[in-house]
Amino acid sequence: MTLDNIASMKYFAPELILSIGILAILTVDLIVGKPDRKRSSLLAMSTLVLALLATLVTSDGVSRGLFGGLIARDPFTDFFKLLFIATTAFVGVAALRSRDTIEYQPGEYQDKESGEFYALTLTAAIGMMLMAAATDLLMAFLSLELVSILSYILAGFKRRDRKSSEASLKYVIYGGVASGVMLYGMSLLYGLAGSTSLSAIHAIKDPPLLTLIAAITLCFAGFGYKIASVPFHMWCPDVYEGAPTPVTAFLSVGPKAAGFALLIRFFHGAIPADVRSVPLILGLIAAATMTLGNLAAINQTNIKRLLAYSSIAHAGYILLGLVAGNDDGQRAILLYLVTYLFMNLGAFLVVMAMSDAGLGEELSEYRGLGKRAAFPALVMAICLFSLTGLPPFAGFFGKFYLFAALLSRGGTFNTALALIGILNSAVSLYYYARILRAMYFEKPTNEAPILEASLHRWNMGIMAAVTMGLWLAWTPLVDFAGASIVQWYPHATQVASLH
Amino acid sequence: MILALVTLLPIVGALLLLLVPREEVGLHRGLGFLFALATFVVSLLLVPGLKPAEWNALVDWVWVAPLGIHFKLGVDGISLFLVLLTTFLMPIVMLSAHQAIARKVREFYVALLVLETGMIGAFVAIDLFVFYVFWEVMLIPMYFLIGIWGGDRRLYASIKFVLYTLVGSLAMVVAILYLYVRHHEATGLWTFDYDALQKLVLSSREQLACFLAFALAFCIKVPLFPLHTWLPDAHVEAPTAGSVILAGVLLKFGTYGLLRFAIPMFPQAVVQCGPYITWLALIGIVYGSLVAWAQTDVKKLIAYSSVAHLGFVVLGLMAWNGRGVDGAMVQMLAHGISTGGLFLAIGVLYERRHTRRMEEFGGIAQVMPRFFAVFAIVMLASVGLPGLSGFVGEFLILLGSFDAWRTAKGHELFFGTGSHPKLIAAIAATGVILSAVYLLTMFQKVMLGPNANPKNRHLPDLSARELAVFAPIVVMAFWLGIYPATFLDRIDPAVAHVIGQFHEKATDRPELGPTPRLLGTLSKAAAAAATAKPGGGG
Repeated sequence: MTLDNIASMKYFAPELILSIGILAILTVDLIVGKPDRKRSSLLAMSTLVLALLATLVTSDGVSRGLFGGLIARDPFTDFFKLLFIATTAFVGVAALRSRDTIEYQPGEYQDKESGEFYALTLTAAIGMMLMAAATDLLMAFLSLELVSILSYILAGFKRRDRKSSEASLKYVIYGGVASGVMLYGMSLLYGLAGSTSLSAIHAIKDPPLLTLIAAITLCFAGFGYKIASVPFHMWCPDVYEGAPTPVTAFLSVGPKAAGFALLIRFFHGAIPADVRSVPLILGLIAAATMTLGNLAAINQTNIKRLLAYSSIAHAGYILLGLVAGNDDGQRAILLYLVTYLFMNLGAFLVVMAMSDAGLGEELSEYRGLGKRAAFPALVMAICLFSLTGLPPFAGFFGKFYLFAALLSRGGTFNTALALIGILNSAVSLYYYARILRAMYFEKPTNEAPILEASLHRWNMGIMAAVTMGLWLAWTPLVDFAGASIVQWYPHATQVASLH
Repeated sequence: MILALVTLLPIVGALLLLLVPREEVGLHRGLGFLFALATFVVSLLLVPGLKPAEWNALVDWVWVAPLGIHFKLGVDGISLFLVLLTTFLMPIVMLSAHQAIARKVREFYVALLVLETGMIGAFVAIDLFVFYVFWEVMLIPMYFLIGIWGGDRRLYASIKFVLYTLVGSLAMVVAILYLYVRHHEATGLWTFDYDALQKLVLSSREQLACFLAFALAFCIKVPLFPLHTWLPDAHVEAPTAGSVILAGVLLKFGTYGLLRFAIPMFPQAVVQCGPYITWLALIGIVYGSLVAWAQTDVKKLIAYSSVAHLGFVVLGLMAWNGRGVDGAMVQMLAHGISTGGLFLAIGVLYERRHTRRMEEFGGIAQVMPRFFAVFAIVMLASVGLPGLSGFVGEFLILLGSFDAWRTAKGHELFFGTGSHPKLIAAIAATGVILSAVYLLTMFQKVMLGPNANPKNRHLPDLSARELAVFAPIVVMAFWLGIYPATFLDRIDPAVAHVIGQFHEKATDRPELGPTPRLLGTLSKAAAAAATAKPGGGG
């Protein structure tokens, strides 16, 4: 059913709560006059908890169109809301002790900009929630831009750092081009359907195939840019390397997941299922993305850059679920995003904890880490094995289900794609093993033990525990993800009649 | 329940060790050994009352219900002794590492115990998903065993080992997924159950593709020529304990996998590919022996001898008759005992001299008489001297190969090699001679002759601990050689069952056309007649 603006408010509560929280963080800073990172983070965390509660309370498994069909509220959006809240919360907690986000002078933390950091990440969270909920091209574009602009600012958060500013600028330029291209594609879709609603686009009768394919491909520029897939990945290594580490961690998980949410909505909702070449195009992009990501990662010497290429490769794996194009594929994507949240965030948290303890971001600095900082090294090892996809770690189950979904479609193309994905996993182990090798097999240049902040230790502990123990809870998770996939909305006909 | 206990006891021990403070080195050694020993004792409980041709001590817990994944374990005559070999070698290995491993002791024992769970689990898993999980669980501890406690080139060796193994196993996981999906298409049931997937009817193209994927994983593990190049590196660089486990147990996964999964599940593909695998096994036997002969590093020599010995095992499997496969099974156990013993012996020398080069030694027998006796026994067991473990397996394998053309019921895996099975057996037999050549040469250079090197004049003989390490191995070497019936009585019915299933499955293929069907029915009728005949034949 489609609700009007007033009736929609109830189901829009999580986003509303977040907006209030953001305003509160900023105004409290203004009123008190003295910024305090503990206060800001406390406000941000309580806002997130309230948003979480609001999501759970208003979630009833029914699909609704809100605001006359601009956005949807269904189990799918709820799933992503939880994902984004978790991501923002973990990053927010970690940022509390990160030198990168809180101005740091030797010996003391200065809280000058901490309020802004939390306000920005929460705003990005709203943007991501809207991306997952958008059922209209206009809304899709607006939410995507909201996330993008906040990402630009966050990437350049270390204003005095040249690398950070460079990252931000590169991000803006690539992002601007991608948005422009996407807008052009959307205008073509609008021309075909006479409406910006996804369901109207879905209902186009006998579309001219060439125009439709061109429109889809152009639109993909915008989505592909968000998930960092080839050929729109160029910004990714530079931004991930230059941005403050908490921001990198955030970008590598949150907006990427949001991009996939939008992609799922778009390809499962808007594109008529009989457009044959869509899986072909997506498949080729997926293959190129994982291969390029993995091959380029091999020679990296900066650990954040290496993880950036690895996250490009992972976007490729996840795209395979979209190539499968069925409910199983969608469920596999959702499952993978959950496992990816923990393992990738875990890896970045280690980098964060180490750089806060004074270690550089070069791979050579990680030599002998197993001895100098046993626990973070262990967490890193667990996350890396999981990213490779080795059982019994979470990543294996995610990957396994992605490939199962793809293979269940049959056909030579899908089988070949699965094989490419599998080979890529082997390649990825090679460069993940370079980190492992540095940490465990090589002699440290400096034997002094590194002490990580206890906050980081707890955070890393959670990531590692989930990554290692997710197999225990795999059944409920599969059920939950299975219940959260996009059912093409029941209110589609009503929306169509609005236009 | 016993089986779950055997499988999970080591990992429980590993978790317990993590709770013990790092400094308590003695406690780590003691606890690690205790857990390994306890696992061995519990695993012995599997033997009494075992019905070789079916699943014993079945464990079947639902793991992921929506995906049809069951934590299903079971043991039969084939896997029983491989499990026992694992649990038998593990305490020995731990005892042997007391002096060799001085740093990161806790991590070492944790890695070994995790490895043990992985190995036992992979031998007893009868759900393919669970099998794969355990299969990969083995990879990580082995990587660290080589990488942390290994020799000079450990970085290279560890990554090479991992990449080789991973490429194979990833191919296998695609095939497993394919079977899973295919089974759902055929029956509407999502399952990874071994028995269910084995009954799946596949076209010959599908069989070939799946077989190649499985076989790649297993042949890398065996390792079959030309996929063996990781093995010398990994064996030489690994610490003694790692080498023993690698040679003693891990290599068996290749041949076990072929026997349990690749061959019975894809019979038609095996018939097609059999000749090539046979030839590769033969090349492995001869080439491995010749290369071993040329080595100057004792450990490398033993490593290459493994290539040759495992070639024999593959040959026995390819003969695919009762004798050949029985022989392959016995040879797996014998190789585990004798090569494990050889690596331990090299470890003893290396601990004393920190070198493994043959020319550094000579005349060690004079200063280490007890070591001489032990080393001689394991070496001769590896050569295949009658009365010791190596002989029975090799003899049965050669016998099976000679016989292959007569017993194959129309599904000869040897056929198509373009040669008579007798020729193949004859070529393989040269491997027995060559193994005597290179092992005796090595033994002579190291142990006999004048004790010329002054550094070797005052080497201490085996300590009580080291004797305790070797004693069970020597006992087993004799047991397997003198009275193999203990083992064969349980192996043979299981093997006969698997072979029977294979012929049934290979024959029930409509696309094979009428001839094999006819042959199959005839052979079945003949078998029925043979069993009906009272006291017939003998």
